[in-house]
Amino acid sequence: MSSKGVGLNARQIISKIFVYVILALGSIVVLLPLQWMISTSLKPLSHVFRFPPEFWPQKVVWENYPNALSQLPFDLYFLNTAFIVVMCLLGELIVSSIVAYAFSRLRWRGRNALFIVVLATMMLPRQVTLIPEFIVFRHLGMIDTFWPLILPSWFGNPFYIFLLRQYFLTHSRELDQAAVIDGCSRFGVFWRITLPMSKPVLGAVAIFSFQFHWNDFFRPLIFLLDQDKYTLALGLRFFQGTYGTEWNSLMAVSLVVMLPLIIVFFFAQKHFIQGVVFTGYK
Amino acid sequence: MSLAQFVKNQGGFANVSIGYKRGETVLAWAMVSPWVAGFLLLTAFPMLASLVLSFYKWNIISAPVYVGLANYHKLFFTDPLPMHSLKITVIFSLASIPLNIVFGLVIAMLLNTNIRGLAVFRTIYYLPAILSGVAVAILWQWIFSSDFGLLNTALRIFGIEGPAWLGSKIWVLPAFVIMRLWSVGGGMIIYLAGLQAIPTDLYEAAEIDGANWVQRIFRITLPMLSPTIFFQLITGVIFTMQIFTETFIMTDGGPANASLFYLLYLYRQAFQNFKMGYASALAWVFFIAILLLTLILFATAKFWVYYEAESEGDN
Repeated sequence: MSSKGVGLNARQIISKIFVYVILALGSIVVLLPLQWMISTSLKPLSHVFRFPPEFWPQKVVWENYPNALSQLPFDLYFLNTAFIVVMCLLGELIVSSIVAYAFSRLRWRGRNALFIVVLATMMLPRQVTLIPEFIVFRHLGMIDTFWPLILPSWFGNPFYIFLLRQYFLTHSRELDQAAVIDGCSRFGVFWRITLPMSKPVLGAVAIFSFQFHWNDFFRPLIFLLDQDKYTLALGLRFFQGTYGTEWNSLMAVSLVVMLPLIIVFFFAQKHFIQGVVFTGYK
Repeated sequence: MSLAQFVKNQGGFANVSIGYKRGETVLAWAMVSPWVAGFLLLTAFPMLASLVLSFYKWNIISAPVYVGLANYHKLFFTDPLPMHSLKITVIFSLASIPLNIVFGLVIAMLLNTNIRGLAVFRTIYYLPAILSGVAVAILWQWIFSSDFGLLNTALRIFGIEGPAWLGSKIWVLPAFVIMRLWSVGGGMIIYLAGLQAIPTDLYEAAEIDGANWVQRIFRITLPMLSPTIFFQLITGVIFTMQIFTETFIMTDGGPANASLFYLLYLYRQAFQNFKMGYASALAWVFFIAILLLTLILFATAKFWVYYEAESEGDN
């Protein structure tokens, strides 16, 4: 009866092979777009429009990369993006974990009601608030600065508050109480006990935040005007508008823009997956 | 299922009505104050403001003019594009969300069969889910190119001459659905974790009772996973309805407005035509539409979402 260990019968072996074949074919389908991207990025332009298309470049042109990247100040766009991402990430980590602590480890009247509001805002499409937000930032003279992109992160993000709260709830209350009896302040408990015990979920939040702000296009599009302030996403869009059919250059730049995410993914994969698992909590 | 119940099912609320400490309450409010301030400044006030604005005509430069319900009248009756864009956004979501859930579930179930190389497969399937935005949109624009694109090249191997995808009024929405399927790994990871949390004794008992694999999937796996699927469905609606970057980059709403998703139209009205009042009305209609969809889903939940805690007499 047992499907584990010894004694696989023929039917089980066949179904196992079937599973592997499906998964392998699926993997190829999933990876093919990236292969296509790399292959196109290395072709000379004349080969890009060859019919039928080549899956592998017959002639590899590495110069596509430096050539494409020197068309626009992508180094500046990179610095702008990095600055915005780091500032947003810090704000979201610090503020969301403080708020989440109050929602999970402290007892106070109104906690549950207020938390329902947090969840409700999590489900709110941000575009409903965007127009007044734009008007307010305009009145504050902050259009075409990084402020409208960074400031909201320093008010806590409902999604991260939710994630952190779920994790903090799993800690035992006795530990907090013991620390308080030993003379630790409530904030000390948060700082010295809760946070160090929550590295996996903090890592997950950091990665989500990085991923979101790195990819974000809508808000930079609305709030940034001057080309010197462009993020990579805006720069890439501008590049596309100018070199619309030079697919080898477009693929090269797009790949470079994706690369930091892919690198972070491979190094912090555990956090990514853990983080997603936290979100899936029922 | 009510929202409050949903919140409760998210876990952890002890029913403590006694023993609030004053110091703790003060500290708690201090700690949540950034979020409260953010809620008032960045959510509550802007929402009210956009509701008020939706009754005005305002080009952001001259003074706003009160026009009553004119914006809403235009939106529903004279301007054909808002309802058209809402329709295609809903059609796209109705195709994209269930497909992503089904594919995500199937891959997760295949991965959950004690296979070797689980970590490798998981990494491969999950990788596209972390990528999004402009770079991905440009990549898929190239993949969908009718003569030189990857998709039609692949189809030609099977002797199929693919359509013009992004250039075709009929195929542009399916193209967006296919593109979104690439990131199916995001849901898959969650289902996989859910599957691994299902107690194996349930399956052992079912096997003893002679249940075949179809029965095991429909009687054990899917009910046990239903809260996870429900959560994915709700977040899927909110996330998918907000599609913007892809259409902005790949088609700019074309051909002939066939991929003019709602937010693209809203963006044009607000930030290209500077019709702030009209765009605010558009935003509110969008908000109500998403809210209604979400509430309908919540109402269906009691028929198919199975919460273990309920049967244990949690109240």
